Amino acid sequence: MTARKSTRSLKARGGDAAPKMADLAARVVKEIHAHRNPSLSIPVRTLANVTFDRKKSIIELGGQRQSRYLFNVGQARKFMQTFLVASACKELLDAGKTTSIRDLYYITKHTIGDTRQNTFEEQEESDPIIEDLEVTLDSLREEMNLFAANRGAMVGGLTLVDAGDTIDLRRLGSGGWSVPSIVEDNVIQFKKCDAEMILLVEKDAVWRRLNEDKFWRKHKAILLHGQGMASRGVRRLLSRMVRELKLPLYVLVDNDPWGFYIYSVVKQGSINLAYESVRMAVPEARFLGLSSFDAEKYALPGNVTIRLDETDEKRAKQMLAYPWFHRKEWQKELQHMMHRGVKLELEALSSKGISFISEEYLPGKLRDKQWLV
Amino acid sequence: MAIRIRRATGAPVILGGGAESAAKRSTAKPAPKSKSAAPESKAKPKPKSKSSAIAPAPGAKQAGVSKAQSKAELASKLAAAEKKSKRAAPTSRRAKRAAQPDLFAPEPAASKPKRGAKPATKSPRAQATKPVAEEPEPLTADFAPHDDGHAEAKGTAAAPRRRATAESMAGKQREISVSEFFMKNRHLLGFDSPVRALLTTVKEALDNSLDACEEAGILPTVRVELVELAEDRFRVIIEDNGPGIVKAQIPKVFGKLLYGSKFHRLRQSRGQQGIGISAAGMYGQLTTGKPIVITSKTGKGRPAHHFEIVIDATRNTPNVIKDDEVDWPRDHGTRVEIELQGIYKAGRRSVDEYVEQVRIANPHAEILYQPPKGRPLVHTPRATNDLPREPLEIKPHPYGVELGMLQRILQETEARSILAALQTEFSRVTPKVAEEILAKAVISPRAKPGALKPGEVERLHKAIPQVKIFAPPSASVVPIGEDLIRKGLEREIQAEFYTSATRPPAVYRGNPFQVEAGLAYGGDLRGRIGDDDLSPEKTAREADAQQGPITLLRLANRVPLQYQQSSCATFKGVIDTNWRGYGLVQPRGSLPQGPMVLLVHIASVWVPFTSESKESVAHYPEILKEISLALQECGRRLGSFLRRRDAERHDQRRRSIFEMYIGELVDSLDKLTKVDRPALQKDLLLLAHKHTGDGNEDVALVVGASKAVEKRDDELSKKEQEKAAGTKKPKRRKTASPQLELLNDGEEIA
Repeated sequence: MTARKSTRSLKARGGDAAPKMADLAARVVKEIHAHRNPSLSIPVRTLANVTFDRKKSIIELGGQRQSRYLFNVGQARKFMQTFLVASACKELLDAGKTTSIRDLYYITKHTIGDTRQNTFEEQEESDPIIEDLEVTLDSLREEMNLFAANRGAMVGGLTLVDAGDTIDLRRLGSGGWSVPSIVEDNVIQFKKCDAEMILLVEKDAVWRRLNEDKFWRKHKAILLHGQGMASRGVRRLLSRMVRELKLPLYVLVDNDPWGFYIYSVVKQGSINLAYESVRMAVPEARFLGLSSFDAEKYALPGNVTIRLDETDEKRAKQMLAYPWFHRKEWQKELQHMMHRGVKLELEALSSKGISFISEEYLPGKLRDKQWLV
Repeated sequence: MAIRIRRATGAPVILGGGAESAAKRSTAKPAPKSKSAAPESKAKPKPKSKSSAIAPAPGAKQAGVSKAQSKAELASKLAAAEKKSKRAAPTSRRAKRAAQPDLFAPEPAASKPKRGAKPATKSPRAQATKPVAEEPEPLTADFAPHDDGHAEAKGTAAAPRRRATAESMAGKQREISVSEFFMKNRHLLGFDSPVRALLTTVKEALDNSLDACEEAGILPTVRVELVELAEDRFRVIIEDNGPGIVKAQIPKVFGKLLYGSKFHRLRQSRGQQGIGISAAGMYGQLTTGKPIVITSKTGKGRPAHHFEIVIDATRNTPNVIKDDEVDWPRDHGTRVEIELQGIYKAGRRSVDEYVEQVRIANPHAEILYQPPKGRPLVHTPRATNDLPREPLEIKPHPYGVELGMLQRILQETEARSILAALQTEFSRVTPKVAEEILAKAVISPRAKPGALKPGEVERLHKAIPQVKIFAPPSASVVPIGEDLIRKGLEREIQAEFYTSATRPPAVYRGNPFQVEAGLAYGGDLRGRIGDDDLSPEKTAREADAQQGPITLLRLANRVPLQYQQSSCATFKGVIDTNWRGYGLVQPRGSLPQGPMVLLVHIASVWVPFTSESKESVAHYPEILKEISLALQECGRRLGSFLRRRDAERHDQRRRSIFEMYIGELVDSLDKLTKVDRPALQKDLLLLAHKHTGDGNEDVALVVGASKAVEKRDDELSKKEQEKAAGTKKPKRRKTASPQLELLNDGEEIA
């Protein structure tokens, strides 16, 4: 699949989502009239169909596609659902409205004819259909006027315009600005920026600590958290800021396989959403911590560690095999974690003092350029 | 053992007129055993016990009782005993011979305890005065020690007051007539409740009619009518086209219990004992006071006899109240009318159901049934015009004969030698076999059968199983037949699937028998609960299981069994069969579930019922095995039908899935692009058909399926019309399961 140019405006993209849907429908109608089993060709979204582009350092979707037929008992329902979602999105686009994917689930859910069956039984059924449609049309859900719930918060030395309202991220108190899921440039525009770096932390609690200590002010930073795995909105925003504001991105996550994976997704994209890596990945993202070696380095007491459980170990082994973790430093990090058999949460740093993280750990790391790429 | 019995029973017969004195003498003997008398009469008890021989126990007991006895005394007693027994021997032999005919007469046995009791109760003084030592009578010896024990026990405790003497008690003892017995124990014959009484009456009369017709070689046409006289009073009328009954026999057949033609022969028939119809008549007489009314005619041009009979219960004899000759349009036949207290109920174990079951079991019979309460006459034509083959009457097979029966047969035979007797009285005994048996039993082939000693008879009985003998002739058993079982089921039940299996004849305890099974599945059997739609939540099997347990129809010699199902061999055979393997739901240890009638028929010259009420068949392993095999055969065929049906249903369901989604798809496409809705819809439906079965190798199957569906739909709509109720949806809904996982995911059709 060819990578899309991320520079294209949402408007332009949104503009071509609707005709693409119409094309798809027209093709199916043609197949039906030709008495052929109508089908959709959908790119496969699995690890097997994902490649790691070393040069660009992002995960990309491969060329494998799978056919979805109407006249196949196992696929008929999904086939119907795909077109149902498409028709709903087209209505949204035509009306110029946006809606949440949950909302879309309710819009498209109804009982079929005089049966006891519904088009969708639960949202878990409709979400993957949306993703199918995204890859099939090579359009993003944002381009189809769909958004997810807000997730993550941001403060720092930046002023931006959000849907016409100017927001000064320096004056948002303890709560910060909540990051919407659609952050394309027709919605969000960056204005005055006096920050020199972006810091993404994994957790809300650590973000609060840093905000309270006004870390971002001292170190001229933009401070974000993604509430665990960074949402599409956060990732897209990061990508835009890095490119448009030319700022370095630092990532601070727990020292466990999950934390590493959050970093990895921010950096090179995820397998499931590989089709949008280009727009979201930040290959330059720097991993600031926690490193597997930090415990020794900062002489953290042994009692703040947590044993790796089975799923952690399994995950770590999987990650060792991912091509994007093939760099020696990463192998060492992961192996050392497994060797020690424990994980560390960011909060563990608080055992050295409540503001240790903002006053010593982070400044030290930044000063000594102790990061991984 | 046998010897002792013989002597004890024989004795009274020898005594004949002199019984009185003999009894007195004998009474004297036991007395010495009481403690005080023991020393003087030492010798006496011994000889007795000795002469009765073979049973040393009594003697030993006595020895223990009389402490004074020394070893020497014992020895002398033994010697005396030996002499005596030698003397006694001839007497006892004579006794035996004389006694034998009476072997099975209950009287002597019954009188024994009485005689035995007397000695114990007679004054102890008498014994001392009597000269005891010479007493040769062995007869009460067996009982003496027993009585001693009792006497002793009583002696030590406070003596109870006598309530009656043997003589006064004897005054109350008299013969009980069978009729009286059954009047009091009517539950034994199936007259325990008014509901059951009505059923039993119909059953007995119907059995008789069918038996008579078949024996005479007439295709039976029987009319059964229930006339309601009051809520709990009915007149049962059964009229057949049978051979009729000769005038002289009519009163006896209907007015005397245990009178009939079927008891004394080994031949497959419905009735066995000759109780049924007269018991029904007696029950009616008992509850309504009305006589049993019979009309019978034996042939064209002959008079029809009209009888009204009352049964004299005390004497078990018929009293003829009315004896007319009447005009009767029939050429031959019999009509029985019984008025009785009974209650008519529809449903399970009702007369309606019984008649239906009789029809299934007798496809050659035409049965017109007129239920009470203004219900319409039920009449279905014969399913076949072929009478069942006439069952061959057979002699008993040696393997099944019991010792007592063997003795009786040997007594009654006209054969001169035992060698001939074995051949003439039993089936499958060739000269070679007979010789072999006799050789094993060490009995001379020329011995007179009646003169065999009990020990010899016993040896003979034991020798029989050691010799290989052919199975009894299977022609004695007449099954309904695979074809006719199907036809019988088809005639009464509208189902989707029928099958049946008839096993080859087999033998239990020397009795030939044959097991058959048949079943009907689906169709009208369903629909009592729920609807036969393609409910999305359920698989076909689960939907069918909701119909509850299957109906088991048990037949023995073509007679439907109604009660005691759970103790019947057929029931055990069914629950022990793994029906899950054949596509049915079956809770552990229960009948399988589903819309199914399962028929099991056991035909035999002697069906082993567990009780005289003839409701359940005993668990002989041979019978159980045959039942299992027959059921398995039917089960396999049912299984393949159900699998085929599931496949059809699967196709239908696939189609309905597609059809269901087509509407949605058309809507969506319409919103996305310009479409010609009707054309699109038409093409999609066409494609749906193309992709579900039509045009592939399953054509035949699909055609069959659609036929079945059409038929069912027709019937449904007919019913609808009858009901004139348009509220119910007339057609099966086309729905599909949301659990698509159920279906083979990713499976490609085309």
